[in-house]
Amino acid sequence: MPPSLFLEQMLNGLQFGLMLFLLAAGLTLVFGIMDMINLAHGSLYMIGAYLTATLVGLTGVFWLAVVLAVLGTALIGMLLEVSILRQLYRRDHLSQVLATFALILILNEGVRLIWGSQPLLLSAPEGLSGPVEILPGLFYSAFRLTIIAVGLAVAVLLLLLVNHTRAGMWLRAGASNREMAQAMGVPIKPLFTLLFGVGAALCAVAGAFLGPILAVQVGMGESILILAFVVIVIGGIGSIKGALVGALLVGIVDTAGRAFLPLLLGQVASPEVASNLGPALASILIYLLMAVVLFFKPQGLFPART
Amino acid sequence: MLRKGWLLLLLGLLLAFPPVASATGLEFYMGLLTKIMIFALAASSLNLILGYGGMVSFGHAAYFGVGAYTVAILTREGLTSAWVIWPVALALCALLAFLIGAISLRTRGVYFIMITLAFAQMIYFVVVSFKQYGGEDGLRARRPEFGLFELNDTTLYYLTLGVLAACLYGLYRLVGSRFGRVLQAIRENESRTAALGYPVYYFQLLAFVLAGTLAGLAGVLMAHYTQYASPNLLAWQQSGHLMMMVILGGVGQFWGGVLGAVVLSLVEEVLQDLTIHWQLGVGVILLLVVLFAPKGLAGLWRRRKGL
Repeated sequence: MPPSLFLEQMLNGLQFGLMLFLLAAGLTLVFGIMDMINLAHGSLYMIGAYLTATLVGLTGVFWLAVVLAVLGTALIGMLLEVSILRQLYRRDHLSQVLATFALILILNEGVRLIWGSQPLLLSAPEGLSGPVEILPGLFYSAFRLTIIAVGLAVAVLLLLLVNHTRAGMWLRAGASNREMAQAMGVPIKPLFTLLFGVGAALCAVAGAFLGPILAVQVGMGESILILAFVVIVIGGIGSIKGALVGALLVGIVDTAGRAFLPLLLGQVASPEVASNLGPALASILIYLLMAVVLFFKPQGLFPART
Repeated sequence: MLRKGWLLLLLGLLLAFPPVASATGLEFYMGLLTKIMIFALAASSLNLILGYGGMVSFGHAAYFGVGAYTVAILTREGLTSAWVIWPVALALCALLAFLIGAISLRTRGVYFIMITLAFAQMIYFVVVSFKQYGGEDGLRARRPEFGLFELNDTTLYYLTLGVLAACLYGLYRLVGSRFGRVLQAIRENESRTAALGYPVYYFQLLAFVLAGTLAGLAGVLMAHYTQYASPNLLAWQQSGHLMMMVILGGVGQFWGGVLGAVVLSLVEEVLQDLTIHWQLGVGVILLLVVLFAPKGLAGLWRRRKGL
């Protein structure tokens, strides 16, 4: 295997992992602080991608469209929190699962009503559509490089926000012990609406940048939502650091598995078996990773609650 | 528990339905009833662990789908006798539930939800990857031979009715038995039940295996009904669908699974006729149920009767 291919796949993994982190960060905080399972988190990712695609069509400027879509999705997220999700905090996990599953159905059909069932076309901005030479002889997609840069910037910003601001301190306090935090005067209610807006905004960023690579279509939220859940369970629920480590782990393992497992299998088994079994093994690799992590560390790698 | 008289009346009506349906040209509703009864069985099996055992399994579609796929694969490989196919399918689902349960039951709460989901996803991807068995297109499942009777739409209706009635009776006896009471005690307070000397893990595992096997049985019937094993039966949305039925009907209420399967299937059927955007309606109704009827429809019923 040429080293350039290996490096390219690692970069793909890093890029995917960073986008997963954006999704998982909001999810893990909501989960950790309010003990709330929000299956509709993936729908916000879908809404972000659809808004970006539409706004690119309207304004013609990718970056402006992203900013507007992020703001729009944040607003929708906060509206959802105030109108429906807020009522579910005190309910058991089962009710939360059912209610947010219902929200998925509603939002999916809503999107289908507005935009139709055909996938939307969202292409990378023109200046970034070609490859660039990052090392002598190694070309890599400029857009994917941009995603890595954006992902890293947002991740650093988020870590700074959570670890070095007052609101972040409240968040961490809430994640480790909600009642105690409330008793110490942390304004949980507005904080949570805000947190929901931030989570929705992060979803929209991921949707805007993954849209051109994957596809902008109804149902895009669910497949990635399960991956985001795998990430936060591996990382430990409520921990931002865990979400980052988990996301990078899942992104890299998933990408590398898909790229290299069929090749590796081809060397030990017949091509027939390899072409059948390779993709299957690659698909289950991350779930296997999660099962192994949970087996040895039932609370994930970085448990937020002590 | 509904009164015995009402139950017998319902059973009588269901038994008398096929001749009436074929005389009046309503065969379509016989198929619909068969489908509803299959879902009632699957949802009731989930209700055993979800409602009575407090184990929120988000991977119940795995057994449902594996049951259906076993029928499809075995008939494709040339086996025709239902007397072989049924036991193999049930044994496979039981084994699968045993392996998944043995590992998953070491975790609790959200982690249990996620690990059962993870196992179901693994099975989904493994099954879909076998191109010779249809891959993502699914696989045709021929109806097997029972020897005693030929399996057509009418006999399948009666077969499903018989299986459902037998399983519900068994489940009714089970939840009232010592085993069922211990299971509910574990749900209410696990450490106290353990302190009383009950082997919590084994009780839960047994219930988990039983529920998985019954879901596999429902999957077998589903394969006979549609004559087709679809990857959708294994997908996580199917697990969510079964869970919706249980929660809609009433978690831990004996008739919750049946009620939820009936109501959700009918709502879907009606809305599908009205609009292509039927899922919007299903979503709104589910949301309203969660917000305003926390104990499901069976809970509403009970509240009205002041029980």
